[in-house]
Amino acid sequence: MRIALILAVATATAAALPIPGWAQAKAAARKPPPPAAAPKAEEKDAATLEFEKFRAEMEDSNPAELFEAKGEELWKARRGPRNVSLAESCDLGLGVGVVKGAYVQTPRHYPDAGAVMDAERRIVWCMVEKQGFNFDDIAKRPFASDTHTPDITSLVTYVAAQSKNMKLAVPLDDPKVREAYEIGKEIAAYRAGPYDFSCNTCHGADGKRIRMQALPNISTPQGALRGVQGWPGYRMTGGVMLTHQWRMGDCFRQQRFPQPKYASDAVAYLLTYLIGTANGLEYKGPGIKR
Amino acid sequence: MADPMKIRAQMKGDVAEVRVLMAHAMETGQRKDNAGNLVPAHFIQQVTVEVGGKLVIQGQTGTSVSRNPVFAFKVKGAKAGDKVVVNWVDNKGDKRTDEAAIAA
Amino acid sequence: MDTMRRQLLKGAGATGALAAALAAGLLKPTQVLASEWNRTAFEAKESPAVLKALGASGSSDSKDLQLKAPEIAENGAVVPVEVISNIPNTISIAVLVDKNPFPLSAAFDFANGAVPEISVRLKLGQTSVVKAVAKTADGKFYTAQKEVKVTVGGCGG
Repeated sequence: MRIALILAVATATAAALPIPGWAQAKAAARKPPPPAAAPKAEEKDAATLEFEKFRAEMEDSNPAELFEAKGEELWKARRGPRNVSLAESCDLGLGVGVVKGAYVQTPRHYPDAGAVMDAERRIVWCMVEKQGFNFDDIAKRPFASDTHTPDITSLVTYVAAQSKNMKLAVPLDDPKVREAYEIGKEIAAYRAGPYDFSCNTCHGADGKRIRMQALPNISTPQGALRGVQGWPGYRMTGGVMLTHQWRMGDCFRQQRFPQPKYASDAVAYLLTYLIGTANGLEYKGPGIKR
Repeated sequence: MADPMKIRAQMKGDVAEVRVLMAHAMETGQRKDNAGNLVPAHFIQQVTVEVGGKLVIQGQTGTSVSRNPVFAFKVKGAKAGDKVVVNWVDNKGDKRTDEAAIAA
Repeated sequence: MDTMRRQLLKGAGATGALAAALAAGLLKPTQVLASEWNRTAFEAKESPAVLKALGASGSSDSKDLQLKAPEIAENGAVVPVEVISNIPNTISIAVLVDKNPFPLSAAFDFANGAVPEISVRLKLGQTSVVKAVAKTADGKFYTAQKEVKVTVGGCGG
């Protein structure tokens, strides 16, 4: 059985995708994850190698740190109509105020909210439920623009930075989280819109590219990691700090879909699938993106 | 007021490596906003670095420096614990001063 | 900034070496004031005009001046550029992007133990030659250059 599957995947790769992306995704998902294996089909061209030479330096001195510092201040400050800090009221899953390691253990199910939430959604929930902020105010401009970085973005950056170099550990053994994972997987494979696209059209098979960039296959642990690594990220284009929530929304925009609602189930589920697939691999903290 | 800089200063052998991140839009004056209006130039023009009370770097910058600038410098003759003071002033007269101690 | 100005002036008065170094650099010591930013050099539209404004028209290429920059920029908005001068007595380094509307990007004077090395990140509007200019204490100028290609990218990782 196992040999057959490996053969099937190998054939699919060699034959440049005669089968639809979703079928291959299914096969790969059933395969036992090889955590440390390098992505096989990703050939590195000269441009990619050239980018990588400068990557370490770029990542070492990342303007994301500016947002991390601001986020730490915001996390500890008493704010909102109820004048409480998130540090003294917000439970990211590891206890009230515990930030270290919390990011890599999300999305998770929060019984007090009755929902599976990614880190950003959970912080928003805390801002609303604990600090008394209005959800619609936050959701009106949830992501950074060239003139404005929302507090939530800095907060997420701070929380994510406290999981630097930790292993991704989405609690998939929780049945509620597992269910979210399965729905997220369906969302990734859902084809619709004017292009009849799904997430998997670009990210469900090895060896796809857009212009200069090789695209990760998120149905494999290493590929999913590439979809997780570096988020939240400082984006060189525009010089803005953007979160994983933003990235998921932007994927839908590029598929010419209506974007999912901010801090919604759909985004949380998709993130559960993506991050859960990369479980066990190391998260490096906020990154820098082209 | 401008957001704080992030200064990292560390001894590597007998050289202090100083890296500075600055929060600044560094607008070129050539970019249009979504409404099609030219965004006025707004950029850091002067940067100074002082280590242990002595001016070591004096810099001037133009609009080609990237948004949220990153600079790295090296200084000989400094030691762990010495204070690093970084200053910037932009074309609108906004300024910011931050400091850090050199780590061992 | 007032403190800095005082300190610089005091420093320039007190230590001859610093005064000499800064006076001989690309920036005049009085230019520590925002109002005295070197407008002529920064607003020059062509590299030769920048070099002229810096007094560096008669510069020559030097292998001892290293310019590190990518062959192809991952994103033209943030191109890492590092300049290292192994030329003895280097007191200033300037960085230019030939094809930018205003080529002069940054200029630094070094004193009191500062190593003549600088790491910056620059915007490149298009594929361009990036130039480094170093000045030594005896008033000589040296250059190094490298072409950096700027491409249109994908969807942002």
